Amino acid sequence: MIDTLRLTAEEAWRLVDAGEISGAELFAAYLAAIGVRDEELHCYLHVCDDPGGDGLPIAVKDVIGTRGIPTTAGSRILEGYVPVYDATVVARLKEHGLRVLGKTNTDEFAMGSSTENSAYGPSHNPWDPSRVPGGSGGGSAAAVSAGLAPWALGSDTGGSIKQPSALCGNVGLRPTYGTVSRYGVVAFASSLDQVGPVARTVRDCAYLYSVIAGRDPCDATTVDTPPVELPEAEDLRGLRIGVPTELNEAEGIEPGVADAVRRAVERCTELGAEVDECSLPLSVEYGLACYYLIAPAEASSNLARYDGVRFGFRVPEPTDRLDMYKRTRDEGFGDEPKRRILVGTYALSAGYYDAYYGQAQKVRTVIKREHDALFERFDLLVSPTSPTVAFPLGARTQDPLAMYLSDLLTIPSCIAGLPGLSIPCGLAGGLPVGLQLVGPQFGENTLFRAGHALERALAFDSVPERLR
Amino acid sequence: MAIDREQLLHVAHLARLELRDEEVERLGAQLNDILAAVSKVSELDLADVPPTSHPHDVVNVWADDEPRPSLPVDDALANAPERDGSMFRVPPAGS
Repeated sequence: MIDTLRLTAEEAWRLVDAGEISGAELFAAYLAAIGVRDEELHCYLHVCDDPGGDGLPIAVKDVIGTRGIPTTAGSRILEGYVPVYDATVVARLKEHGLRVLGKTNTDEFAMGSSTENSAYGPSHNPWDPSRVPGGSGGGSAAAVSAGLAPWALGSDTGGSIKQPSALCGNVGLRPTYGTVSRYGVVAFASSLDQVGPVARTVRDCAYLYSVIAGRDPCDATTVDTPPVELPEAEDLRGLRIGVPTELNEAEGIEPGVADAVRRAVERCTELGAEVDECSLPLSVEYGLACYYLIAPAEASSNLARYDGVRFGFRVPEPTDRLDMYKRTRDEGFGDEPKRRILVGTYALSAGYYDAYYGQAQKVRTVIKREHDALFERFDLLVSPTSPTVAFPLGARTQDPLAMYLSDLLTIPSCIAGLPGLSIPCGLAGGLPVGLQLVGPQFGENTLFRAGHALERALAFDSVPERLR
Repeated sequence: MAIDREQLLHVAHLARLELRDEEVERLGAQLNDILAAVSKVSELDLADVPPTSHPHDVVNVWADDEPRPSLPVDDALANAPERDGSMFRVPPAGS
C-alpha cells in the first residue's frame, strides 16, 4: 500500500528506480487517493484517469497548456478548449519521464487569492475544508498537501504559488523572472507571470525547478540559468539574512503568523546565519497599488484574444461581429477578469496613461532599486508569506480590495522580478504559516540551501492533522 | 478620481464588454474603490525616475530567420467555434 500522504517525489522516484513499485502502481495510487478525497477538496478540474498510466505523476495548474487535455484557466470562456500543443514546461516534464495526473483548479485566469474566482467552484483547504487553500494556484497546493499529487506546477504573478503553499503548508517557488518558459501558458500579466514548482520538500522543489528552468527559443524573455544545486547542507553558516521591518510588521499580520515567523528567524541565527533588520520603506507601502495597475493593464491586453473567433466560447446567434465580441466576453468572463479588464483599459487609455500605468512603471523602478540595494548587504530576505493563515470561504469575496491584501507581502519582490520560496514554519491556531525567503535575481540555489536547512531544523509535519 | 456611468460604458466598449445594468451598478462601484486605492501611486514625485517595463536587462532578442514546421491547418482550426474550409467563420461586420 503506497501512502501518498507521506511520499515525497524523491522517495517515489527511488522506489520506482529500485523496482519496488512500478510507475503504473504509483500512478494508480494517486488516482485512488483522488477518488477518495477530491470530492471534498475539489483540487482537480480534470483528472487523467486513463488506465495503464505510467511514469512519475505530476499535477499541472489549469492555466498551463497540455496537448489533448482540456485547459480552461478556471474560466467559462475556455470551457471545452483542448490545446493542440504542449506548453514548453509540459514538454520538459515529459522528457524527464513525468506524466500529467490532472489539471488543478485556479482562480479564473489566475486572478485571485482563494480559488473562489474559479468558474468551476472553489477548492478547499486540506487542513480545514471550510477554509480556502489560497490562490490562485490553490488546486495545486491543496493537491500536494492532501496526497493527491507528489508535486505540481503552478504559476505566479503576484503570489499565486507562494501564498497557496503557505496556506496549505507546503513548499512553493516563484522563480526569477525569465528563468522558466511561459510558451503555451495562458497569459495574465506578461512582465510578471512565472511558472514554478509546488512540492512537499525543498529538495523536490529544487529538482522540479531544474526540470523546467532554462532558455526557450519560443519565449524570448527566457535566459540561460545557473545549474541547480540540490541542497544538502543543514546549517546557514556564512549567509547574511535581512529581516525587512515593513514586511514583518505590516498592518494586518496576525499575531500567530508573526510569532511563528519570529521563531523561524531565531532558528536562522542558531543555524549560523548573520541576521539583521533592514528596510523596504516604499516597496511595501506602494507595492500593492503599483501591482494593481500594472497587472490589470497587461491583463486587459492579454485577454483581448478571447473574442469568440478562434477558440473557446462563442455566444449563440450573434447579430453581428461587435455583438459577438461583447456578449461572448460578458457571458464568458466572471467578475474578477471583468474588473481587471476595466481597470486596465482605463489605466491605459488616452489622458490617463501617464498618471496610472506610466506612474506605476516608475514606482516599479523604485521598488526594484530598493531591493537591489538590500542585496548588496544580504543574501536573502525573510518575512511571512501571507499576513494571515487560511481564511474561511466567503470571507473576502464581497470586497475585492480585501482579497487583494492577501498578497501584500508577496507582491513587492514579484514586481522586482526576484525569486521567492515559501516554506512552512509552524502552525497558528492549527493552520500552517508560511515563511517567505526572497533572493537576488538568479539566487534560487541560495533559497534552496536556506530553505532546506530550515526545513530540517523546523521539522514541520506537512500532513494535515485531520488526515494523519 | 471617480468615473461615472458614461465613462464606465465607454471603457467597457473599448474593452468589448457588454455590461448588463446590474453589472454597471456593482462593477462601477467596485471600480471606483479600486481606482481610489491604486491612485496612491500619484503621491510619489517620480519625475526623474525612468519607468521599468520588464524586470531584467534583456533587449532585442533576435532569432535566426529559418523556416521551421508550424501547426497544421486542421490543428489550428481544431478549437474554432465555427469554421469554413481552412478559415474561421465569423458573423458579418454589421453597421
